[in-house]
Amino acid sequence: MEKNCIIDLKSISKEYDGVKVLNNLNLYIRKNEFLTLLGPSGCGKTTTLRIIGGFEQPTEGKVIFEGKDITDVPPYRRQINTVFQKYALFPHMNVFENIAFGLNIKRLPKDEISRRVSEMLRLVNLQGFEKRSIQSLSGGQQQRVAIARALVNEPKVLLLDEPLGALDLKLRKEMQTELKNMQKRVGITFIYVTHDQEEALTMSDTIVVMDKGVIQQIGTPVDIYNEPKNAFVANFIGESNIVDGIMHEDFVVEFGGKVFKCVDKGFEKDERIDVVVRPEDLEITTPEEGQLRGVVSSVTFKGVHYEMIVSNGKNDWKVHSTIMKPVGTEIGMNIAPENIHVMKKVKDR
Amino acid sequence: MKMKALSYPYVVWIAVFIVVPLALVLLYSLTYGDLSGMNFTLNNFKKFLDPRYLDVLWISVKLALESTALTLILGYPIALIIAKEKPSKRNTMIFLFVIPMWMNFLLRTYAWLTLLGKNGVINSIIEFLGFKPLNLLYNDGAVLLGMIYNFLPFMVLPIYSVLVKIDNSLIESAEDLGANRFQIFTKIILPLSIPGVITGITMVFMPAVSTFVISRLLGGGQYMLIGNLIEQQFLWVGDWHFGSAISIIMMIFILITMAVTSKFDTQKEGSGGLW
Repeated sequence: MEKNCIIDLKSISKEYDGVKVLNNLNLYIRKNEFLTLLGPSGCGKTTTLRIIGGFEQPTEGKVIFEGKDITDVPPYRRQINTVFQKYALFPHMNVFENIAFGLNIKRLPKDEISRRVSEMLRLVNLQGFEKRSIQSLSGGQQQRVAIARALVNEPKVLLLDEPLGALDLKLRKEMQTELKNMQKRVGITFIYVTHDQEEALTMSDTIVVMDKGVIQQIGTPVDIYNEPKNAFVANFIGESNIVDGIMHEDFVVEFGGKVFKCVDKGFEKDERIDVVVRPEDLEITTPEEGQLRGVVSSVTFKGVHYEMIVSNGKNDWKVHSTIMKPVGTEIGMNIAPENIHVMKKVKDR
Repeated sequence: MKMKALSYPYVVWIAVFIVVPLALVLLYSLTYGDLSGMNFTLNNFKKFLDPRYLDVLWISVKLALESTALTLILGYPIALIIAKEKPSKRNTMIFLFVIPMWMNFLLRTYAWLTLLGKNGVINSIIEFLGFKPLNLLYNDGAVLLGMIYNFLPFMVLPIYSVLVKIDNSLIESAEDLGANRFQIFTKIILPLSIPGVITGITMVFMPAVSTFVISRLLGGGQYMLIGNLIEQQFLWVGDWHFGSAISIIMMIFILITMAVTSKFDTQKEGSGGLW
């Protein structure tokens, strides 16, 4: 086992009433990293988190924490704390009592408790809120209290289950940066669950993309965005054009009726594959110069760029560009070899 | 304005059936003589200070407190057990629990007569087993049993309805923060269920302190609670003035009790309730 591994999930499977929600999941999580479990709802990301937290028992497999099997250890004896989706703050306690809850349970001396609570309040920027009731706090403030309540126990791992889901967009962006900074400052492992790919790309050191109870890809945000392993990942992370293609030989791929140079190899001769091209990687040129040709069928202004749908009979290409071409214009499109991502076809999709 | 108009029938209802009778009771308690010539007096209240009557009040309050305490001790775990079940099973259990309440209160109490009586079901079994029959009826125990039996649902239902509303994530987060099952109960579940407990206590104590049917049927003719005393003054003695005075005293007593209980209910948001 790798030395700085803190949590190791070994072939975890979970069934509810005969339905498999996690299928043979293997994952190791390093110390001090910000790891995100990303996927659509129902992909098993929350179940994975709850298994790590101890709220669910895996049907099969083991949870290893710092080299010890903790599969059967109840949540209250794990050095792991959780920030719940709806904060789950205790409504009958004020801010101080909420944050001090875990320390009171451990029967720490009073002065140490108040010292550590005020330290935490400073960290989450809520000094002077000790006596406030939970009901008087805004969503963002409640979120911070929930984070403080978990962090004050100095857990080795903090689990966060879509903690920003209930906040509005602006506050969410602020909290993303704040969370990331907090994680760097306290230096503990964060395991974060979200379905928001942008959130995952912004905050994570490592992203685990999941679908249907299976890990699709593990990697850094840059890896996952630039080198998606399959069409699901490509489609889920950012926007993509996914078209059918044929791999003639190493570095030569055919799609959209044209043959292109690419940087991928190791496929069988004439294997049917998926080709993924990001919308921003399609370069608009004159029809004559373009490798692909098409007619603009719709234009949407997106702020930084325009989104155009270009049809050429075979495929519809989504193009992001700062140059706007009106609907009905025939244009050409070029793709650089390194921007063509060739992927094995996923069965049963 | 339109919505306000809708409340008028209710205002009339309250005036005719609550405010006017209460005012009459108060009037009677402070006067003597008949309707043709009423005179103000405090003698009706003074009369109550007789040890015989104070004793009745003391026994009534004691019995009401005992039955409230016992329904709480019995009812809280029942509510907790039901609330922990899966929703489908929960509803069945509540349904079973409420079914007896569909039957008339008097009939239910009469049923205990046939169970506890000298030739009743329980004594028949005891005799069949070769023991001497027991005196199960017409004592404190029988009245207490009758009260607990009749008022238990009023304790269980409010507590249950508060317990099922406690978000499971609160319990999970307490567990997450290191609380074991006992600590989760004392620090989270119990404090959050206090409003239900207060409602339950109020709903049991009030009818228990003023009942006269249960004590009449299960306590026998001589058994005297404050409710029986009032009944007696109005129906047999015919002294409406004294009867009214006792009613007022009992009402004041109930109000004081409720004020005291609601003091414990500090976490309620806003200032709902009576005070």
